[in-house]
Amino acid sequence: MTDPAAPPEESVTTAAPAEEAVTAAAAVAGTSTTLDVVAANPLRDPRDKRLPRVAGPCVMVLFGVTGDLAKRKLLPAIYDLGNRGLLPPGFSLVGFARRDWKDQDFAQLTHDAVKAHARTPFREEVWKQLLEGIHFVPGEFSDDGAFDALAMALAEIDQTRGTGGNYAFYLSVPPKFFPLVVEQLKRTGLADAPEGSWRRVVIEKPFGHNLQSAHELNEITTSAFPESSIFRIDHYLGKETVQNIMALRFANNLYEPIWNRGFVDHVQITMAEDIGIGGRAGYYDGIGAARDVIQNHLLQLLALVAMEDPTSFDAQALRREKEKVLKAVQLPANLGLNTARGQYSAGWQGGEKVVGYLEEEGISRESITETYAAIKLEIANRRWAGVPFYLRTGKRLGRRVTEVAVVFQRAPHLPFSKDDVEILGQNALVIRVQPDEGITVRFGSKVPGTAMEVRDVSMDFAYGESFLESSPEAYERLLLDVMIGDPPLFPHQREVELSWKILDPIEEFWATQGQPEPYESGSWGPESANAMMARDGRVWRRL
Amino acid sequence: MTTFMLSDTTAGKISAQFTHLRHQMGAPAIGMVLTLVVVCEERHQYDALRAASEAAREHPSRIIVVINREVEEPIRLDAELRIGESTPGEVVVLRLYGELTQHADSVVSPLLLPDTPVVAWWPGKAPDVPSKDAIGALAQRRITDARGFDDGGVTSLVTRAKGYARGDTDLAWARLTPWRSLLAAAFDQPVGKVYEGVVEASSGNPSAPLLAAWLSERLGVHIEVLESPGPGITTVRLKLDGGELSVVRTDARLATLSRPGQPDRNVALARRHTSELMAEELRRLDSDEIYEAAVKRFARTYKG
Ligand SMILES: NC(=O)c1ccc[n+]([C@@H]2O[C@H](COP(=O)([O-])OP(=O)(O)OC[C@H]3O[C@@H](n4cnc5c(N)ncnc54)[C@H](OP(=O)(O)O)[C@@H]3O)[C@@H](O)[C@H]2O)c1
Repeated sequence: MTDPAAPPEESVTTAAPAEEAVTAAAAVAGTSTTLDVVAANPLRDPRDKRLPRVAGPCVMVLFGVTGDLAKRKLLPAIYDLGNRGLLPPGFSLVGFARRDWKDQDFAQLTHDAVKAHARTPFREEVWKQLLEGIHFVPGEFSDDGAFDALAMALAEIDQTRGTGGNYAFYLSVPPKFFPLVVEQLKRTGLADAPEGSWRRVVIEKPFGHNLQSAHELNEITTSAFPESSIFRIDHYLGKETVQNIMALRFANNLYEPIWNRGFVDHVQITMAEDIGIGGRAGYYDGIGAARDVIQNHLLQLLALVAMEDPTSFDAQALRREKEKVLKAVQLPANLGLNTARGQYSAGWQGGEKVVGYLEEEGISRESITETYAAIKLEIANRRWAGVPFYLRTGKRLGRRVTEVAVVFQRAPHLPFSKDDVEILGQNALVIRVQPDEGITVRFGSKVPGTAMEVRDVSMDFAYGESFLESSPEAYERLLLDVMIGDPPLFPHQREVELSWKILDPIEEFWATQGQPEPYESGSWGPESANAMMARDGRVWRRL
Repeated sequence: MTTFMLSDTTAGKISAQFTHLRHQMGAPAIGMVLTLVVVCEERHQYDALRAASEAAREHPSRIIVVINREVEEPIRLDAELRIGESTPGEVVVLRLYGELTQHADSVVSPLLLPDTPVVAWWPGKAPDVPSKDAIGALAQRRITDARGFDDGGVTSLVTRAKGYARGDTDLAWARLTPWRSLLAAAFDQPVGKVYEGVVEASSGNPSAPLLAAWLSERLGVHIEVLESPGPGITTVRLKLDGGELSVVRTDARLATLSRPGQPDRNVALARRHTSELMAEELRRLDSDEIYEAAVKRFARTYKG
């Protein structure tokens, strides 16, 4: 079934300049789907800012519906989109799993997941709308018959729901199954979009475990789908505060003049978790903190903080700038002195007694996987030369917090007596990513009542979203973007590979270093991480 | 929630009290992004304030409620200040008596947050030309509500069109967003030529003629407004080659979208609370040209 209205995916992949114009205009409009649709649709107008971006008719096919991610994030996010009126009429959801289930069993699982994890209130009419479009296809990934059945089910849905052959395949399954699933989608022709419709594939991290495997994984995916149809999820990029980094930097004139080596002393990017590996031993062991978090989330944050201003916010322009800055990243010459890795040992975390990594279920007593990683990077360009970027992440740290702190140089001259500014630190601008989203500025202020004693104070800003327990989930935004076909918030394969190029030498070095340094659960990581900062005359921010 | 009453007071004392309360509460370091001035009668106060405070969860604001009381009484200003733990921002309810009711702006303007946008909202009856109103003139965005005119809702829209200035909007328009959004989504698949259409709604519903005006503005065809038992808007039908495109909603919750050659589909289309409408209004503070075009078209074709 062809649908002349749907965004012509083929032409998007080939006609680059036209695509740029299209996405740029759509980005400016911010509310519509794509320019050709706008032009064809008399009811849309870029000035009509009330009309939300709604996806065109489509089917979301979810592999791995019984998994943790599907139940906790994806199914609730789909419901929440429906509740906000952002799902297209006829939207259908197809579940695929190795269960002997009927549609209603999958509906029940979805219902439970929505009740337990959706952020918006449960409304019967929204559920009814969703329920009408719920289907289930049972089968193993290796079972050709199951995928033939899937193809038939989809063709039927196009007939009964008017979804026009537009399918998004969400691979919420362990990466080792990607090749199998992609191969099946290729074999059954589901990966090929007929004229006038689209096919997209959504994949989750990890995108490989090094450059080589990332490349192989990509070969497999691109053998079936063109790059423009591959959506790689880095859910950090769906977060409001992360997008706010761009607003902060490029909508203001206040920060840009000081956003460089002339004023910035260094940058600290932290993602700290208070939890351990939980039940995910199989996933985590052998991967470790750096591959799990630094390769994707932290390097993406670094790119957004350090990149030059993109000519627009369309995917090409944004990715180009991120790639440029990732290419300019340089590793320190001595990795031993400028990286640190650790492994949590037993201890007390927030009032609870917890076991060490090596005692966790499913972890070998000899595992050398790191649960804490800190690295120092430099960016070799005119803006940043000589300004270190310190990245750290760890599990079982004191508190759950993710932030980017731009720490400024000390004032070149302080016309105060030495005693008066003893407790004055450095100015800092902190972008708080989670859990308490917002911005903090730290600066010196006179202590009232003293002669001229100056100390650090913090000024916080939190926009309203952060007051609602229900600020839109990153996954809502990203799922919507997949269905609309709007790629700026998804990393390109080139970014993935550049990030591995940064991390691979570090991982190779670490592999020769034996056991990571233990750190007590509930602390802020291994001593070597503090020593690494101390050598540079700096300290980690206390979080 | 800390509440503080000041009777027979002045704007200066209210300001000082706000500062005092904020300090007492440990100076909640919350950046407020706008001031919302709600001008209403006593009977609308409770609901309006609730909706405004809900909306302020998304847009932390100082909310100033202005209630004009008896003109005959001696001049007096009473104020009720609230700083909540449950809501970001601050609320002050002002009750004006005597001649002061004619000079509410003199109380409101010193209480506006400096250098951030001001929005005025009339949940009930509104002035004919909001932008020329003393309080309306302080605001960049002026929100009226045709529904606040009870039976006169539809005719109030004619007044709106005549007195329109950039920055005016009406909640009767905001109520249409889900309908408009669904119709626009339906048009994302080309429907070909539209010949004529019908909007059906309960009698006197002011949103219905606005929807019809928007559709005929965009599609260039005549759209009739017909009465139905409601609730609210129940049907939009557009005549196409080979059939019609329709959205039918009879229970105020779930709508059915039908179009030629395609299966019927149900879509949630619930009516929204005033707080959601207000949150939508506060999201964008530039003028709404699409509303302007719709309300002016409606006024041109209205026969009374
Ligand atoms: N969970 C998170 O927070 C998170 C965060 C970031 C990225 N991710 C990524 O998201 C994806 C899914 O994560 P997850 O945590 O949901 O994983 P999970 O809980 O392990 O779920 C995996 C899913 O794959 C299915 N599956 C596994 N082997 C299968 C087979 N041989 N045949 C058919 N189905 C099979 C499972 O079905 P059964 O129930 O039948 O086993 C299950 O539904 C992974 O790529 C992961 O790396 C997850």
